[in-house]
Amino acid sequence: MPKKIMVLGETRGGQLRNVSFEAIAAGKTAAQSGEVVGVLIGDSVQPLAQEMIRYGADRGIVVEDKNLSHYTSDGFTQAFMAVLDQEQPDGILFGHTALGKDLSPKLAAKLNAGLISDATDISEEDGQIVFTRPIYSGKAFEKVMIDEGLLFATIRPNNIAPLKRDEGRSGDVSSVSASIKDLRTAVEEIVRKSADGVDLAEAKIVIAGGRGVKSKEGFQPLKELAEVLGGAVGASRGACDADYCDYSLQIGQTGKVVTPDLYIACGISGAIQHLAGMSNSKVIVAINKDPDADIFKVADYGIVGDLFEVVPMLTEEFKKVKAGSL
Amino acid sequence: MNLIVLMKRTFDTEEKITISDGRIQEDGAEFIINPYDEYAIEEAIQLRDKHGGEVTVITVGNDDAEKQLRTALAMGADKAVLINSEEDIEEGDQYTTSKILVGYLKDKEADIILAGNVAIDGGSGQVGPRVAEGLGIACVTTITNIEVNGQNVLITRDVEGDQEKISTSLPLLVTCQQGLNEPRYPSLPGIMKAKKKPLEELELDDLDLDEEEAAPKTKTTDRFMPPEKAAGRILKGDTADQVKELAALLRSEAKVI
Ligand SMILES: Cc1cc2nc3c(=O)[nH]c(=O)nc-3n(C[C@H](O)[C@H](O)[C@H](O)COP(=O)(O)OP(=O)(O)OC[C@H]3O[C@@H](n4cnc5c(N)ncnc54)[C@H](O)[C@@H]3O)c2cc1C
Ligand SMILES: Cc1cc2nc3c(=O)[nH]c(=O)nc-3n(C[C@H](O)[C@H](O)[C@H](O)COP(=O)(O)OP(=O)(O)OC[C@H]3O[C@@H](n4cnc5c(N)ncnc54)[C@H](O)[C@@H]3O)c2cc1C
Repeated sequence: MPKKIMVLGETRGGQLRNVSFEAIAAGKTAAQSGEVVGVLIGDSVQPLAQEMIRYGADRGIVVEDKNLSHYTSDGFTQAFMAVLDQEQPDGILFGHTALGKDLSPKLAAKLNAGLISDATDISEEDGQIVFTRPIYSGKAFEKVMIDEGLLFATIRPNNIAPLKRDEGRSGDVSSVSASIKDLRTAVEEIVRKSADGVDLAEAKIVIAGGRGVKSKEGFQPLKELAEVLGGAVGASRGACDADYCDYSLQIGQTGKVVTPDLYIACGISGAIQHLAGMSNSKVIVAINKDPDADIFKVADYGIVGDLFEVVPMLTEEFKKVKAGSL
Repeated sequence: MNLIVLMKRTFDTEEKITISDGRIQEDGAEFIINPYDEYAIEEAIQLRDKHGGEVTVITVGNDDAEKQLRTALAMGADKAVLINSEEDIEEGDQYTTSKILVGYLKDKEADIILAGNVAIDGGSGQVGPRVAEGLGIACVTTITNIEVNGQNVLITRDVEGDQEKISTSLPLLVTCQQGLNEPRYPSLPGIMKAKKKPLEELELDDLDLDEEEAAPKTKTTDRFMPPEKAAGRILKGDTADQVKELAALLRSEAKVI
């Protein structure tokens, strides 16, 4: 049966995040030939609505209010509830980001609904929508569905392919008004720690350094490689604990979970808590001077050697490759 | 202050996982306090030591969770509550667990409820925010610092690596992120004392919550291991050749560049 699915578009630095386009693609599957509606919440988000449509949404809804300039759970809950009251959809999809993780369980509780968090796949099986999600820190997977009532899920970045952007596609964009008030939390300040450039959680290529990088300066060759490849730099907790880099780079069980197309681990031993954050990456390369390091067990390709020798050579090699392919 | 910690007993994911008949095999596996809940317990103890009051640790589970509750008491919590759902409900999800917790907490007038950011086995991160909503109190997730001043609370939260400074007020539910503190190990005297601390065991009947109300909304139809990865290839030859080969493989074989 065709369904109406609402997808929340999330912005960062004034742009829509990739995961929102991925959620639209998931929404197409969930809608079963029904309608996908892009929802934008903020203080001036109207201009982005057409972009959600170009990526496959059928129409857009915006909720704008000066009290929505920063994300707060209460503000965004009020805004999204106003949209739900009007639209009465069959399903809701968010990205499994800091925002999605904060907002979705709260809404689900309010709506007395089930919620499937951190899905890496969506499919239709015998007319039912089934989600796949990692459990036990990525060591196993489960298939979960919601039999009846609202379909509600969050989508892990980088797992479901977005649809191709269609410049010619357009649709209706309307606005819903909501009175955003009585917010119980206020954002006083935001301290940016994450590096500019490629968003680690969404990066297609991640170059990660561990304790083997040995110092703050030791990250420089990794940064250069990341730059050549258009990737982001990440780290093990070992490197963060040693103060070689900021905790915002940490990947693993207690850090970020990433699933890039290519993960290059440099001077990382491959502790189970680190693997929890990256083992589902599509291709893993390990560079480590210890041939017995556990990281080689999950690697597709390995180089046993000194990262300070190997990484700069790789950078040079890719520079040549890139220059050649232009 | 009335401080309440939501604690989950989790499978130690350092352990090898095996699945049979679509279920995770738990026999002989190690169980631990969910690592994020250790941050919650530690923070609650520190808040109590600073502001006075009492720390109660609660778990929804079965008898086996008594071990982890005793560990929390040995760390310094004052009381433990085990809500044993085993007899009454067979199937459960995050909706179920939160309904049960809300059923217990609704008349407890907690000042601060501390939960973990996420459970390392189930991995949804839903239970904390769901409980806050069920109780009608504010919720701040993934906190790395908290300062309480009378009714006012200042919090730093981690947002994908950036820091957000939040002001809010009691009562409040927070979920704890790495970086909040360094959880202590139980001391020997702590372990001795824990044996005498109160550990209350309740069943659903005691909460005046009927099973229907807590019936799960989601259904797990299968559990499986990721496809076994083919053994990786360790490149050979001198370093320069290995680097060239790697770059070529990533382009032509893996097709990721
Ligand atoms: C509850 C808990 C949660 C945790 N969460 C996380 C998490 O989220 N993320 C995480 O990463 N860890 C986490 N850890 C820590 C984890 O157990 C490991 O301690 C950590 O991952 C080790 O970091 P590392 O691999 O950089 O360091 P090490 O284990 O010290 O490995 C360094 C590696 O570098 C290699 N090396 C040294 N010099 C060179 C060189 N010149 N060239 C090439 N290779 C070199 C060495 O051979 C070695 O393999 C957690 C631990 C606990 C208990
Ligand atoms: C009656 C019943 C039957 C169940 N049957 C199954 C089953 O057959 N198979 C299965 O896989 N799971 C079962 N569960 C567990 C359930 O599916 C979830 O694992 C649980 O609700 C927690 O979700 P999560 O692991 O995603 O935790 P998250 O939401 O990620 O946990 C976040 C935080 O919430 C708090 N929290 C989470 N769980 C509890 C808890 N139990 N007690 C106290 N605080 C908690 C902790 O602070 C934790 O850090 C059952 C639960 C119940 C109540």
